[in-house]
Amino acid sequence: MTEVGLRGSFSAPVAGVARRRSRRRAGSAGYFFVAGYAILLVAFGIVPTLYAFYLAFTNEKGQFTGLNQFVKVVQDYRFAPAFLHVGVYLVLWLAILMVLTVTVAIILRGRLRPGLSAALRFLYYIPGALAGVASVLVWLFMLDPSVSPAAGLLRLFGFESFAQVLGPANLPVIFVLIAFWTGAGGWIVVMYGALNNIPDDVLEAARIDGAGAWKTARYIQIPMIGKWIAYMAILAFAGGTQLFIEPQMLQTASLGRLDPAWSPNQLAYVLAFRYGDFNGAAAVSLILLVLGLICAGLLVRRSGLFKVDSE
Amino acid sequence: MTTVDNTRPAPRASRWISLAVTAVLLVGLLVFFVLPVIWLLLAPTKTAADLVNTGPLSFGSLHNVGRAWHNLTSFQDGILFVWLKNSAIYSVGSLVLTLATSVPAGYALALTKFRGRRLLLTVTLLVMIMPSAALVLPLFLELNRFGLIGTAWSIILPFSFFPFGVYLVYIYYATSLPTEMLEAARIDGAGEWRTFVSIALPLAKPVIALVAFFSFVGNWNNFFLPYLVLPSTKQFPIQVGLNQLLSSTPSFNPVAGAGLNITSPELALSIIIAILPVLVVFLFSQRALVSGMLAGATKG
Repeated sequence: MTEVGLRGSFSAPVAGVARRRSRRRAGSAGYFFVAGYAILLVAFGIVPTLYAFYLAFTNEKGQFTGLNQFVKVVQDYRFAPAFLHVGVYLVLWLAILMVLTVTVAIILRGRLRPGLSAALRFLYYIPGALAGVASVLVWLFMLDPSVSPAAGLLRLFGFESFAQVLGPANLPVIFVLIAFWTGAGGWIVVMYGALNNIPDDVLEAARIDGAGAWKTARYIQIPMIGKWIAYMAILAFAGGTQLFIEPQMLQTASLGRLDPAWSPNQLAYVLAFRYGDFNGAAAVSLILLVLGLICAGLLVRRSGLFKVDSE
Repeated sequence: MTTVDNTRPAPRASRWISLAVTAVLLVGLLVFFVLPVIWLLLAPTKTAADLVNTGPLSFGSLHNVGRAWHNLTSFQDGILFVWLKNSAIYSVGSLVLTLATSVPAGYALALTKFRGRRLLLTVTLLVMIMPSAALVLPLFLELNRFGLIGTAWSIILPFSFFPFGVYLVYIYYATSLPTEMLEAARIDGAGEWRTFVSIALPLAKPVIALVAFFSFVGNWNNFFLPYLVLPSTKQFPIQVGLNQLLSSTPSFNPVAGAGLNITSPELALSIIIAILPVLVVFLFSQRALVSGMLAGATKG
């Protein structure tokens, strides 16, 4: 970018001189500017990852044990159920998130007056401010038939008490509700922004060709925001594998009746904090970390959404 | 979602159905998103008994709010304020460090050349997209190894590592800073540092606001890391404090919570207080959120 900009704006000899000078000086200045960030990156990004590697391949005496830790945790009776739980949650979460956010964004983009559309986007996105602990607490109340404003709905589904609502089979649905409540509004806003970037004449051309709202959405809008949908799906998937706060707090609220190792991250937590098994915990974390890294790598390499080079 | 401005008008019945489906969807979602917020705002105006016996959307009285406030603030001698103060220290402390490191780093990645630039940028992208929770347990193990558990630094320093902020600054400088301006300054004999401070930094205001928004919201809402590394109640940020309140509430824990005054209205009030700073930031920053999310990832 530097060079392109220069060539465009200076006469050739000046540009040559300036370029050489800037490049020479920038050599050491660049390091100076990134130093603070690089230190943080090494200390809190790279070292913990390497240390988790070290722990996962050794035992508590520091002896190299190959894949033993991984074999041990994979064979743990809680390992497969934890991944299964999160798997069910992810399927539900991704399906609902993708269908609803895209549908709603298209409706908001095409069929409403701009003022109404803006107001709805704003209201949908407000619960995002309650992300984390607050959202779980709010939903503990929403799911308690004795105080919930949706008590009628809960009773309709046959739930008379909070304890019934917290049945193990319902947990994935509860976590989807919480995740959707705090996250979907933001994604609707993003999808709307992506739809807005489609040039008007493209939509106009489709309309003249006789495409209705449905066909326009199916053949023009959705394909054109496809990479943003993929982006949302991958981020939601990566985030979903890490589920921790929600099941952990529900476990607290259920007075320990729920599985303390419901999600893989909780299993790592239980291993580290209940059994002091840091090596096993590191092995579970590393599996999750690699999952997250694969998602990140996929997005960076394939989506074309991220610029690694500015030229 | 069928047609409205179709050139061939759809039969009237199907148009009505489509309209009705759309309306039900939008209104249904509106209720889903907003109703819990309204309930939350009304809950502290009632007593725990009112919450069960009166309509969920009725207003109690301001007197009840005062009582809930009193009960909440006298919980463990006003520890609520300690938690809020801790949250402020952790969030603002890391925010300052994040800005101090990410703005120069993003600038250098966009506008200077050095060996390893591409590598640094790629690693930044990977860590930024990877969910931050994936690093929390390894971070705990690392901090534990070095005996940093239980100090304020064990929160502030890891929080201040914010690759998303670096990426935002990088994109901003790479796309909106005219390089001619920098070259002009360099030709005038300004050193790299002066060029940065006098030209690049004053232009960075919009992106600094953006980074500050995401960093602050993320720090304030973070639960996992402080939950693991802070053993003492007095060091908790408000998010971990809420969890503590939850386990002290007779509404959810009749055994441990017996005899305490922390009931549902107090818990609801504590949620409102805990989210207030983020809510205020949110109300004024929808645009920031969109431009940030369109520029790169945010993490769940």
